[in-house]
Amino acid sequence: MPQGAEEFKPKIVAFCCHYCAYTAADTAGASRMQYPPNVRIVRIPCSGRIDIPMLLKAFTAGADGVYVVGCLDGDCHFILGNAHAKRRVPEAKKLLAEVGIESERLEMFQLSAAMGARFAEVAEEMTARIKNLGPTPVKHG
Amino acid sequence: MIIAERKPIDEIYAMIKPFNKILVVGCGGCVTVCLTGGERSVSVLAEQLRLKDNLEGGSRTFTECTIRRQCDAEYVETIRTQVADADATLSMACGVGVNYMTEILDDAITLPAMDTKALAANIRSGEWAERCAACGSCMLEETGGICPIARCSKSLMNGPCGGTQDGKCEVNVDLDCAWTKIVARMEKLGRLDELTELSPPRDWSTGRHGGPRGMIVEEALMDDDAEE
Repeated sequence: MPQGAEEFKPKIVAFCCHYCAYTAADTAGASRMQYPPNVRIVRIPCSGRIDIPMLLKAFTAGADGVYVVGCLDGDCHFILGNAHAKRRVPEAKKLLAEVGIESERLEMFQLSAAMGARFAEVAEEMTARIKNLGPTPVKHG
Repeated sequence: MIIAERKPIDEIYAMIKPFNKILVVGCGGCVTVCLTGGERSVSVLAEQLRLKDNLEGGSRTFTECTIRRQCDAEYVETIRTQVADADATLSMACGVGVNYMTEILDDAITLPAMDTKALAANIRSGEWAERCAACGSCMLEETGGICPIARCSKSLMNGPCGGTQDGKCEVNVDLDCAWTKIVARMEKLGRLDELTELSPPRDWSTGRHGGPRGMIVEEALMDDDAEE
């Protein structure tokens, strides 16, 4: 629940693969589509670059929410990177739940480079979700 | 190889609670191969512990390292300083590693992050199954390579028992009846008659029943007092 008069502004990290996700973000930008500024994009070569410790570390560092955006099935530039990410994200969600952090704070999405609208939609969706969950229970500096 | 599974996070956290600086040590041997206690697993565990500690209001420090093996002194020695710097060491090796680290590192506190389960084979990607009981006197020649001690729930010497059902064990339907497999194998080898031959009662003292075991390889023994 948002606290007091000050509205909770979530800090959300989006790990975006260079080929599809980041380009989709670019497409959204070029088309002047609006999406919440809470989302901090981290460009990675492939969604498969993410590993579980990296996702957990984002929460240790104070992220309220984290999501990974990769290519659609079969479209990964590195063939199976998105498949690896698809495996790791649910595992990381489970590990978060084990230590008492809501697994809904982490998610994986897939889209193509042309899907700027979907990119903006995902950003809206996650921002709304995290606002609903409230700030991260992790105390950070 | 030895398979070991990580303990539940709550159990591990309860163990490290009395300490402030914890060193999480992985093992590059069996637990790396079975994907539960290697360098990657150390990162995951350390990060989970940091998160949990944070949520519990703690200010503990967790450091990480992985050595080639925790069952050989030469590798354990390489982290002597790091262990001394910590209040306790959380080992992701099998039980052998936990014991041996304690022994080698001047009785430093070494805690087990794992439950060591069995000597097992990797039967398919992501799954391991027990195949050997380390009984100390292998009888696999007599049973066509299928171990009744490790793979029969009752370790029978004359199976199958009355509980076998469609080749599965009554103890657990996911377990194959070892003796059904043995009989089928010996039949295939044309050696079924051998199973009816009398053998003397098995000497179990070479196994765990006889106490802790060891082994010496004479030519590798080094006389500490010998001159070069």
